[in-house]
Amino acid sequence: MSELENRNPDPLTKNVVFLTAVDDIINATRANSVWPLTFGLACCAIEMMATGAAKYDIDRFGSGPFRGTPRQSDLMIVAGTVTHKMAPRVKRLYDQMPEPKYVIAMGGCVIRGGPYVKHGYHVVKGVDLLVPVDVYIPGCPPRPEALLEGLFKVQKLMKREKILDRTRRTTKPEVYHAVYPGLILRNAEDGIWANHWGSQGEAARGVGGGGHRWRGPVCGRQGRGVGRRGRALPR
Amino acid sequence: MTEAKIRTEEMLLNMGPQHPSTHGVFRVVVRTDGELVLESESHIGYLHRCFEKCAEGNNYLQVVPYTDRMDYLCAMMNNWGYAVAVEKLAGIEVPERAEYIRVMVAELNRVASHLLAFGTYGLDIGAITPFLYAFRDRERILKIFEKLCGQRLNYSYVRIGGVTFDMTEEILADIEAFCDYFDPKIIDEYDNLLSYNGIFISRTANVGVMPADLAISYGVTGPSLRGSGVQRDLRRDAPYGIYDRLEFDVPVGTGEMGQLGDCWDRYMVRMREMRQSIRLVRQVLRDIPEGPFCDKKAYRAVKPKAGETYKRVEGARGEVGFYIVSDGTNIPYRVKARAPSFSNISILDKLTSLSDVMVADLVAIIGSLDIVLGEVDR
Amino acid sequence: MVVKAEAWAAVAGLCRDDSRLGFDLLSCITGVDYPEREDGAEIEVIYNLDSIANHHELTVKVKLPRDDPRIASVEEIWRTADWHERETYDLLGVVFEGHHNLVRILCAEDWVGHPLRKDYEPPDSFHGIKNVIY
Ligand code: SF4
Repeated sequence: MSELENRNPDPLTKNVVFLTAVDDIINATRANSVWPLTFGLACCAIEMMATGAAKYDIDRFGSGPFRGTPRQSDLMIVAGTVTHKMAPRVKRLYDQMPEPKYVIAMGGCVIRGGPYVKHGYHVVKGVDLLVPVDVYIPGCPPRPEALLEGLFKVQKLMKREKILDRTRRTTKPEVYHAVYPGLILRNAEDGIWANHWGSQGEAARGVGGGGHRWRGPVCGRQGRGVGRRGRALPR
Repeated sequence: MTEAKIRTEEMLLNMGPQHPSTHGVFRVVVRTDGELVLESESHIGYLHRCFEKCAEGNNYLQVVPYTDRMDYLCAMMNNWGYAVAVEKLAGIEVPERAEYIRVMVAELNRVASHLLAFGTYGLDIGAITPFLYAFRDRERILKIFEKLCGQRLNYSYVRIGGVTFDMTEEILADIEAFCDYFDPKIIDEYDNLLSYNGIFISRTANVGVMPADLAISYGVTGPSLRGSGVQRDLRRDAPYGIYDRLEFDVPVGTGEMGQLGDCWDRYMVRMREMRQSIRLVRQVLRDIPEGPFCDKKAYRAVKPKAGETYKRVEGARGEVGFYIVSDGTNIPYRVKARAPSFSNISILDKLTSLSDVMVADLVAIIGSLDIVLGEVDR
Repeated sequence: MVVKAEAWAAVAGLCRDDSRLGFDLLSCITGVDYPEREDGAEIEVIYNLDSIANHHELTVKVKLPRDDPRIASVEEIWRTADWHERETYDLLGVVFEGHHNLVRILCAEDWVGHPLRKDYEPPDSFHGIKNVIY
């Protein structure tokens, strides 16, 4: 209840009756029970599985029951490479999800084609050509901590949802800045310094992830080509 | 009403490409009659990431990260297969220490890969707990790899001419601690948990029986072929690296729970292979020599003479082969990858037509073949 | 070993059935495109055979003209050739005569062109999805 404030002004019933906005209560329940769609496509999916499994345990953060069907889920974690053969299915799965729905693009491949950006004739260069994306998590693959961070961003977005106002979907993209400084993340538990761009050799050669610099998960509705409602956004 | 009067209808069912138990984006179209699968047709290519085209556009060193992403569960073996092929083409000598390190990381990676296969196979069959156990121990291996090369999945650690970073004493101690922790206590725990579980046995024994000659004709290799009782392991039959100096057994299927070559046999070969891998790692820990960890020249650039070669190594799923054509420049003219999962999964259609298979058994068969879609489609 | 295209079917049968050869495992089929050879543009198809019992390997090369590459299918001899041949057809456009179902396997069904040919240009867009190059 910490994120809900009691708006009851009456001192007599203050501690007995709890008044709040409908938005707040709906958003709080929604954000603390996110049901992601299992949408593992490639290597990133393994990290997504690791996030759900014993050590990183996504259940701690009010998310977790990975659903096998889009009709029961409200968050699509696109983890892996989207190819032209797969693209119609991605779109259809997205369309089958009930509103309000959120999309996390996990990994360099779904952001801009990742390592396959130049020669990958069969790779879709970014899932945001197909569906609008809420949060981008760069990395190849992103660490489970990064995915968790991305989930928090989505939960933040969920808490700002208004049931009467659906127009916010066309507002300007917002970008949250890095929690982690620079390119390096310290994994507090292990005391290990890990490079977010994969092994050092890769980073130096620049095939790690489609030319993105790590800024932490980037958040914002940056659909290219299609708007949240399927309308074309102004470029 | 007698049974003859009930009219049944055939149905065409589409499993995948987005299906929780197809291990990725694999699609099978099955013609069913009730619960029975009459026929199936596999469709692949939903993850075709153009590895071979990418390899033609990058120089020899830059191709290594792409090989990781083919079979992302045992990336070390893919790196190794590619490195072996290029080394043969360019005539590069690998330092002794590097060969030992390669065996060590590859075997640890094999354990990690089999652990994932074990966990997800449990999930397919309907046992959720083994998955959590498997990931608990897989994380330990990943932690070692992370210390070693900074990555959890796509290591690019084995490179042409050696390995990327040297092994430190600290990491060696970690690996030793892991071996002591893992074998035999944890593997026995797994056997108690899943392998000899009555429900598990009845779900997998006598299901998807794969005769040896058929498996060979379909090009099945690795644990799936050994599950059918064929003694075939490239580490022993065509040794590369330093495998000829090490002692290990090649476990094969025995048919103890049912017919030879059923799902349980294939599964059990993996469990037994993990013990052998730990045995190999222990031997390497014992006699790892000092010295350089990579060929100095090959660390910077590789430029083989014109020619072609085909080399294979034993990956976690079978034989990982690379056919490389060089035209004398520093960019490969053609790289073709032989992916074990690609051949392994092609037998699926035949297996479903051989015997009466239920839809739930189909999932068990796919799981026991242990495919990685990144490798099937490349 | 280089084999003429017409002879390949017979040679393949011999390779598997002769007990001294005994190549029971077809490991890999590779196609290589050579658009600029002196004696005309060629496509080479390379078969890597392996014998599990006898522990030996063999590489067989077949050279085909680039504008009309046709070769007999060995699908009946090694079942694994089925998918490998489909892949080679998909990526290089080699036609395997006698294959029961020679359709694309990796690329989408209505993909145009054979990507691993050296002169291949990726399409600007596919089904309305732009192929942006950054
Ligand atoms: S971003 Fe990297 S790890 Fe993720 S799917 Fe793409 S290649 Fe694999």
